Amino acid sequence: MDEIDRRIINTLQDGFPICDTPYRQVAMQLGLTEQELIDRLQAFLDNDTLTRFGPLYHAELMGGALTLAAVKAPPERFAEITGIINAFPEVAHNYARNHALNMWFVIATETPEQIQRTITAIEQQTGLTVYNMPKINEYFVRLKLEA
Amino acid sequence: MITLDVTDLAIMRATQAGLPLTPKPYQQIAGQLGLTAEEVMTRMTAMQEHGIIRRIGAVPNHYKLGYRYNGMTVWNVPDEIIDELGQKVGQLDFVSHCYHRPRHLPEWPYNLFAMVHGKSQEEVDNQIQQIAELLDGCVQGYDVLYSTKILKKTGFRSR
Repeated sequence: MDEIDRRIINTLQDGFPICDTPYRQVAMQLGLTEQELIDRLQAFLDNDTLTRFGPLYHAELMGGALTLAAVKAPPERFAEITGIINAFPEVAHNYARNHALNMWFVIATETPEQIQRTITAIEQQTGLTVYNMPKINEYFVRLKLEA
Repeated sequence: MITLDVTDLAIMRATQAGLPLTPKPYQQIAGQLGLTAEEVMTRMTAMQEHGIIRRIGAVPNHYKLGYRYNGMTVWNVPDEIIDELGQKVGQLDFVSHCYHRPRHLPEWPYNLFAMVHGKSQEEVDNQIQQIAELLDGCVQGYDVLYSTKILKKTGFRSR
């Protein structure tokens, strides 16, 4: 990653214009050509430096629902439990974490009712208690990862 | 709740995987949907003003930028003042998400979650120390959970 790459990533975490030729506008600001910016963005997506480029939608405002949930997976059943939980299309992310609650996953559905149905189904199929931790409140953050 | 019409939803579906990497991306989306570029831009601007679109931009892969230490810090603070505390923690520039979530007593007493990201364990330890100082006197306990493995990660449409 060179200095230009870093500037592109740092600049584009702050937003992107809605106008006829937005890449040209940002490229000019960075002292690049439009094509150079587009090519570098394509490379970032291809090599997974960026996980996404585009609009980030607010799921709950669109009527969708999200929750964070966790289970205590017994070590000898860890792979089996991972397979059961990952098989649900409603499970978007799943992480192993260093705690007695050792598996943490995000459930995303189109309606709030489907969250509870998914949790019940996971409990039935795994025989484990699902600790449901939906957000009660969200605090404003402005993270920027300096590249 | 803001209601989106079918055209807004069509724009959302056409862009949730990403914006086209072509000189006129909004024009391209418009072409796919049988709309004018003006209409796509006007509607996306409105969605952004209403918070339906949180922002348009780049989402970096933490690991690729060298942020290998990603900790979920969890704190037990009094419910009466959690909003005040959460707002302070969210303003720290290394916190990417900050939420009030329910406790599950007795085994899970934590109600304030803040994700932190650093390039070294030392950097993250220092961040945790800064949060602890900010919450000084209000913390009845805390823990930090590190992800040891990504078990599933889909191309998820929002965050």
